[in-house]
Amino acid sequence: MEKKLKVLVVLLLLLAFYVVNAQQHPSVKDEDKVMTVKLCDGETYVQLEGRLPNERLSRSEAEAVTNELMAKWLAKQPPAVAAAWTKEYQEGKKKAQQKAQAKAGDESVKQEKQTYEFTKRDIQMWERELKKLIDYGDQIFHDDQLIGSTNGVSCAMCHPNAANTHPETYPKYQIQLQRVALLRDMINWCIENPSRGKKLEPDDPKMRALEAYIMSQRKGVPMEYGKH
Amino acid sequence: MLPLKWEKKLQEYMKSRERWFSELMQAGSTWQGRRKFLKMAAMAAGFAASKSFTPHSFQLVDVVSSDDRKPFTFAYISDSHLYEKTLNERFVRQLQRAVADINALDPQPDFVLYGGDLAQLGQPGELKLGAQILKEIKAPVKMMVGEHDWFLDMGEVWRELFGPPYYSFDHKGVHFITLMSVNEKDFWTAKGYSPMERMRIVAGLDDARQSPFEVGEEEREWLKQDLQKVDRKTPIVVFSHSPLYKLYRNWNFWTEDAEEVQALLRPFEKVTVIHGHTHQVLTHRIGNIHFHGMLSTAWPWPYAPTGLPKLTVQMNRQNPFNQTDGLGDGTVEVHATGRVDKHYNLWNRNPMRVSARYLDSEGAEDRPPATTLPSY
Repeated sequence: MEKKLKVLVVLLLLLAFYVVNAQQHPSVKDEDKVMTVKLCDGETYVQLEGRLPNERLSRSEAEAVTNELMAKWLAKQPPAVAAAWTKEYQEGKKKAQQKAQAKAGDESVKQEKQTYEFTKRDIQMWERELKKLIDYGDQIFHDDQLIGSTNGVSCAMCHPNAANTHPETYPKYQIQLQRVALLRDMINWCIENPSRGKKLEPDDPKMRALEAYIMSQRKGVPMEYGKH
Repeated sequence: MLPLKWEKKLQEYMKSRERWFSELMQAGSTWQGRRKFLKMAAMAAGFAASKSFTPHSFQLVDVVSSDDRKPFTFAYISDSHLYEKTLNERFVRQLQRAVADINALDPQPDFVLYGGDLAQLGQPGELKLGAQILKEIKAPVKMMVGEHDWFLDMGEVWRELFGPPYYSFDHKGVHFITLMSVNEKDFWTAKGYSPMERMRIVAGLDDARQSPFEVGEEEREWLKQDLQKVDRKTPIVVFSHSPLYKLYRNWNFWTEDAEEVQALLRPFEKVTVIHGHTHQVLTHRIGNIHFHGMLSTAWPWPYAPTGLPKLTVQMNRQNPFNQTDGLGDGTVEVHATGRVDKHYNLWNRNPMRVSARYLDSEGAEDRPPATTLPSY
């Protein structure tokens, strides 16, 4: 008897919970063809007739539902809160739009120019500095004194416009030097032999300038290291 | 079966015989050809009469080359670019080597052309040193001036030592003309360059501050007068320091008024120009004019990157580990016809011969062997 009563109480409690719950959460007792969507405050809701509870809404339908939910929620708020929220919401939306536009713009730039681009100032600076070095090399190349020649022989006497210096063919093995020669080794060979001067250190500013000048005269020539 | 050497000779003979006959067959189609035919026929008849036998095809070959003119040879040395001996002995030794080469020629050449650029910077000491070395030459020497001899004092010392910079002379039926082709329009006065600065600018082959070389109006007028006395059939050999055509402006492998000079030479049947300045084997033909370069005794130059005449067979690129490679001197063999074969005596390589036949045939015959190492 006592046991039956206990079961009955439990059943009654369950029924009561169900009834109470059903009033607070209408979705629970929805019939088949009604969809209920709730706002995150747990109170405000919108019902869609003729839609199954688990049906997927299209983007425009979903946007209409959220707008309706927000309108309902705003209607319940005090006017000051509603105004402040509306203002903040609109500003946020505007910023997001600007950001999206900026991003779209960036992407069109990226397609043409990769990750970053050189400014005019960059290019001017490079050209100026490079020209300085090449011009210095040009000067040394044409002056027997600057190359340290002791017999009046300058580089340009045999190599007008650095012709026949073929920097593109180095490195290559030179049996006379008994090793693989770089351009600077042949420059030093010429300084020491035809010009009877003293050879330059590899990082001597004059050597760097000579290499720059010689290379500058062969722009666009394919590299052919090892060619004799 | 003949020995190989004979067979080759025989083939050459047969070829020349064929060539001569094809010319004969064409005679009659043109006015000039008809004249040539008559001349050849007359000569053949004369020859046959004198030898009292019937004219026969191959005997005529001998007759054609018989002329008032006798073949002869002259030699050349060029572009020695001497510094004072204390500064650079190598260039001095190299000129002496060329002089020894020429003096060793047997038979000796009729004369020796010096092709200009005896000095490097036009210094009196350089020119006098050169004059002293050239005095060792046994054969008579004909001097030509180059820009390196001229632009320090505008030729004052050079003229004192060697005489007028342009002149003509006749030798064994050939009219020779030596030009001063390296005049430059005044680029120095406006810029205020000193004589030494002017000299150094002109001495820089790739120095763009200078003007192009030219024979100039005055000298062209002299040339016109000089040529008026010359029969159009007389072979002409012109010496000029710069090539008398436009090859490469940047290095002054160039004569600005080349076309005007060529126009004066065009009426003559056979003209040959021998030029210096380019320090390399160089061959060109413009109509009746054959052009040949001369080797230097100081240093060789790379071939110009553009404008190289198509008949030029390049000499080997210089071996930088051999300081006399690509240098030398040479001879010019003047045939009885008045056309010349140009010999390049390259010091460390096989000599090169660029023949009149090669140029006459526009490169179809007698082509010199090609280099395996062309200029870069």
